[in-house]
Amino acid sequence: MSERVLMKGNEALAEAAIRAGCRHFFGYPITPQTELAAYMSKVMPKIGGTYLQAESEIAAVNMVLGAASAGVRAMTSSSSPGISLKTEGISYMAGSDLPAVIINVQRGGPGLGGIQPSQADYWQATKAPGHGDLHVLVFAPSSVQEMVDLVGHAFDKADEYRMPAMILADGMLGQMMEPVAIGEGSGGSNVEKPWAANGHKGGRKHNIVNSLYLQAADLERLVKERFERYAVIEEKEAMSESYMTEDAEYIVVAYGASARVAKAAVREARSQGIKAGLIRPITLWPFPKKAIKDAAENAKAFLCVEMSMGQMIDDVKLAIECSRPVEFFGRTGGIIPTPAEVLENIKKLAGGDK
Amino acid sequence: MKRITLICGHYGSGKTNLALNMALEAAKSGEKITLVDLDIVNPYFRTVDYTEVLEKQGINVIAQNLEGTTVDAPALTARMFSIFDESMGRVIVDVGGDDVGATALGRFAQRFNESGYDMLYVINRNRKFISEPDEAASLLGEIETACRLKATALVNNSHLGPQTTAQDVIDSVPYAKAVSKVTGLPLLMTTAPKAVCDEIGDRVDNLYPVDVVVRLPWDN
Repeated sequence: MSERVLMKGNEALAEAAIRAGCRHFFGYPITPQTELAAYMSKVMPKIGGTYLQAESEIAAVNMVLGAASAGVRAMTSSSSPGISLKTEGISYMAGSDLPAVIINVQRGGPGLGGIQPSQADYWQATKAPGHGDLHVLVFAPSSVQEMVDLVGHAFDKADEYRMPAMILADGMLGQMMEPVAIGEGSGGSNVEKPWAANGHKGGRKHNIVNSLYLQAADLERLVKERFERYAVIEEKEAMSESYMTEDAEYIVVAYGASARVAKAAVREARSQGIKAGLIRPITLWPFPKKAIKDAAENAKAFLCVEMSMGQMIDDVKLAIECSRPVEFFGRTGGIIPTPAEVLENIKKLAGGDK
Repeated sequence: MKRITLICGHYGSGKTNLALNMALEAAKSGEKITLVDLDIVNPYFRTVDYTEVLEKQGINVIAQNLEGTTVDAPALTARMFSIFDESMGRVIVDVGGDDVGATALGRFAQRFNESGYDMLYVINRNRKFISEPDEAASLLGEIETACRLKATALVNNSHLGPQTTAQDVIDSVPYAKAVSKVTGLPLLMTTAPKAVCDEIGDRVDNLYPVDVVVRLPWDN
């Protein structure tokens, strides 16, 4: 059964996690993700779950590590500066092969930055979500409905591959309201977790969850095994949406809230006779290289649109092996580009007004 | 209606869109009007974001807006006190969501009681925490406790954003009537986006057509 309700993105993330069987949430307040934690604090006690406001972001992420070690679905959420603090725990979870979901409702940075929406944590999420050789799954929703859908998916994939997954949203997606249909959700994990340190009652050998390996050869072997898993993920798990790309000469690449803006601009460009299209990465790691490379065959040029100074653009260039020019347009510091600004840049790409 | 109208309710119930519509309508009819943004708990989708449009229509906007920043400082502007001067004309106060947002109103409770006020409680059956009449009534209790003022009427603002259909509005009326029964408050009106008002026709009493002013940035 699914009901249609009006939800803020932040609330939708929380409700979707609950329906995916998450009963352990550890947070620390920060704008603009506040409603997520507030929602958890209201609902978790009523359903026998745990909502805990920790003493810091670092404490919260390590509580997630502890809960995940016991095999339960656990989540934490924050916004950019708070995520920087959580990277220690994210690295430890990756190093311990633990599944968990981390939400980043991005705001402007660096430093304390601002409290308006931003996408300037792309590099952090996809390249260095913590120290060491590691990746986390990164999902980038662009509507409240997709926030709902991707949270359940993120929990499933985190469990399947035994690694942390991140939902990379932004302040606009977190704060805006849209009608959503929320299904029952999976209600729990889809895989057995024989590795969980959840009490053996003398019935089996005890499990150890650990990321410390003092024998270099052991650590190298483990990291290499992990990267074999990452290779499978890159092969199988990339997700993207293609919009009007079939005959597109000028392709905009944008994710999240920027993709909403870009879509409006592409529609307008089409109405003015410009063959524009949009590729919207839904997973940022793994990056949807194939979809972008395939689209390059008929394209003349690309335009990357981001709410940052240009962080995804390099991944687009690599995906198409620099076979086409890739231009950039972005606003940063908390400013959302307008469809008119993006349209202007599409026109520039197409060689002036048509 | 009293000179001062306070608009309170659950966050996300549509208070800001209602306040903007009421203010713009009053301005159109030539009334002297002041719109107060008293939302100091949420830095997104606020009345103050529409200051330019409002001032163009001759509406006096009072907001806590520190030099145009988006800082979420829980502080109020001293200009709030001007609304108690009768020469300011009609005043609409857009209060922050829930009891947390209504707390800011409590600071002026005595002044509102002296000058008289209407307090509209905005409800939306599509919002989870007030989708049952009992929940809506219990949130109202929390809001009234926080602001030390009493609601005087209900506004049924049940909507689903741009996807609101005539049927959604019609279906929300029994809910609104149930809330009215539990709270003892009269149902002042039911809002609907102007686009669906013709289809609703006379099937909803006291229909108040609204423009959807609060929109997503890429829909403008």
